[in-house]
Amino acid sequence: MVAVNNREKCLYCGGCVSVCPVMAIELKETQIVIDKDKCINCGACVRVCPVGAMEVKK
Amino acid sequence: MKYDKEWDVIVVGAGPGGSKCAHEFAKRGMKTLVIDKKQEIGAPKRCGEGLSMRWIRITGQKPNPKWALQEIRGAVLISPRGKKVVIDTSKTGQTGYIIERKMWEKELAAEAIRSGAKYMLKANVIDLIKEDDTVKGVVVERDGKEEQYFSKIVIAADGVDSRIARMAGIQTTIPLTECDSGYQYEMANVPIEDPYKMELYFGKEVAPRGYIWVFPKGKDIANVGIGIIGSSEKTAKFYLDRWLENNSRFKDASIIEINAGVIPVCAPIETMVANGLMVIGDAARMINPIHGGGIGSAMEAGIIAAEVGANAIREGDVTRDRLMEYQKRWHEVRGKEFERILKVRKFFEKLSDEQMEIIADAVDPKVLVELGHGKGLATVVKALIKASPSAAKFAMSFLK
Repeated sequence: MVAVNNREKCLYCGGCVSVCPVMAIELKETQIVIDKDKCINCGACVRVCPVGAMEVKK
Repeated sequence: MKYDKEWDVIVVGAGPGGSKCAHEFAKRGMKTLVIDKKQEIGAPKRCGEGLSMRWIRITGQKPNPKWALQEIRGAVLISPRGKKVVIDTSKTGQTGYIIERKMWEKELAAEAIRSGAKYMLKANVIDLIKEDDTVKGVVVERDGKEEQYFSKIVIAADGVDSRIARMAGIQTTIPLTECDSGYQYEMANVPIEDPYKMELYFGKEVAPRGYIWVFPKGKDIANVGIGIIGSSEKTAKFYLDRWLENNSRFKDASIIEINAGVIPVCAPIETMVANGLMVIGDAARMINPIHGGGIGSAMEAGIIAAEVGANAIREGDVTRDRLMEYQKRWHEVRGKEFERILKVRKFFEKLSDEQMEIIADAVDPKVLVELGHGKGLATVVKALIKASPSAAKFAMSFLK
């Protein structure tokens, strides 16, 4: 399981990047890029997202 | 556009901190490059756009009607039960503006450019160039190509989603309870009673561990936003939408812009320098933990970093030990204040809505203003204990 970004909800504020403990997330202009190999599925990005654009998917 | 490969300073991030820092380096004759990953400076904003006069002054600017849209001379704090505490700062000189941030940030960049700095946009720094444990430059992705740019000092001014400092081995991850999740609409046709005042709404149901703000941006335009604790189960958007739906004031208003952002309300990062690198602004978590403002302290840090950095480059010593002067000086001018403000934040987040009402009733609004500067906490704590002795148990520890 890894975090995934819902582009329809995302406002690309980069908040998820700041709470990721393993630097698995990057904001590239209007795109949230998640490194699946680094993600430890801790859910921090899901919690902090102001608009609920991060989900943990199986 | 072609760019030279060798620079004295590379600033990553063209926000207010980065541009001010670049301006100060350039003024000192340093060959300065600013790199930003976005295609436009200042957008999308992650900001309520309130800026106090004391910070406008440090930029050397005068409020310009192009970006200084609405003068602010106070605030109205609204308690959970709807009690209004009116704060008038017109006499104390603590005034400010609601700004059009996009215009203002571009103006800051233009000022840096007029002093000799160069800007590179839509360029993503993907790595640092390191030699002998010293940062020597950056690897940039631009136009579908990878490029290397070298400098004596790199400034990490890459904002809340900073990765540069982490690439240099500095820990910057924010714990969920130490940040706020923020969401905002810029709205038109909003009835505004007093455009000279910001409105702040408090309460656990309104905004857990935060507040909703209405910042007037002219006679009927306003930034209506919310900050809540980062670990909240429900989203910031949920709380703001619910508040707006239950508030008839906004029935004829509508949205002209949507913003989001995470606001660090923690202590600043412990280490702000590495060999050849300094971290400033949001990237260093230099944010007022009570109101979440970070523009001013970012610019202030940028100025200090440029003073120290320019001297260090001239001396040919950009080691961590030499650059540590920046961190020391920042702590002297702002660090102590932020520590006190953090304590104020920790006190307020323990309060129930009832206790907040007690404070709204018992404390002089003038004292409440000072809390934003980390002063007057003892007065508030004592007033609370007097009115509600049961609060003494947790409140006493904040008197120390």
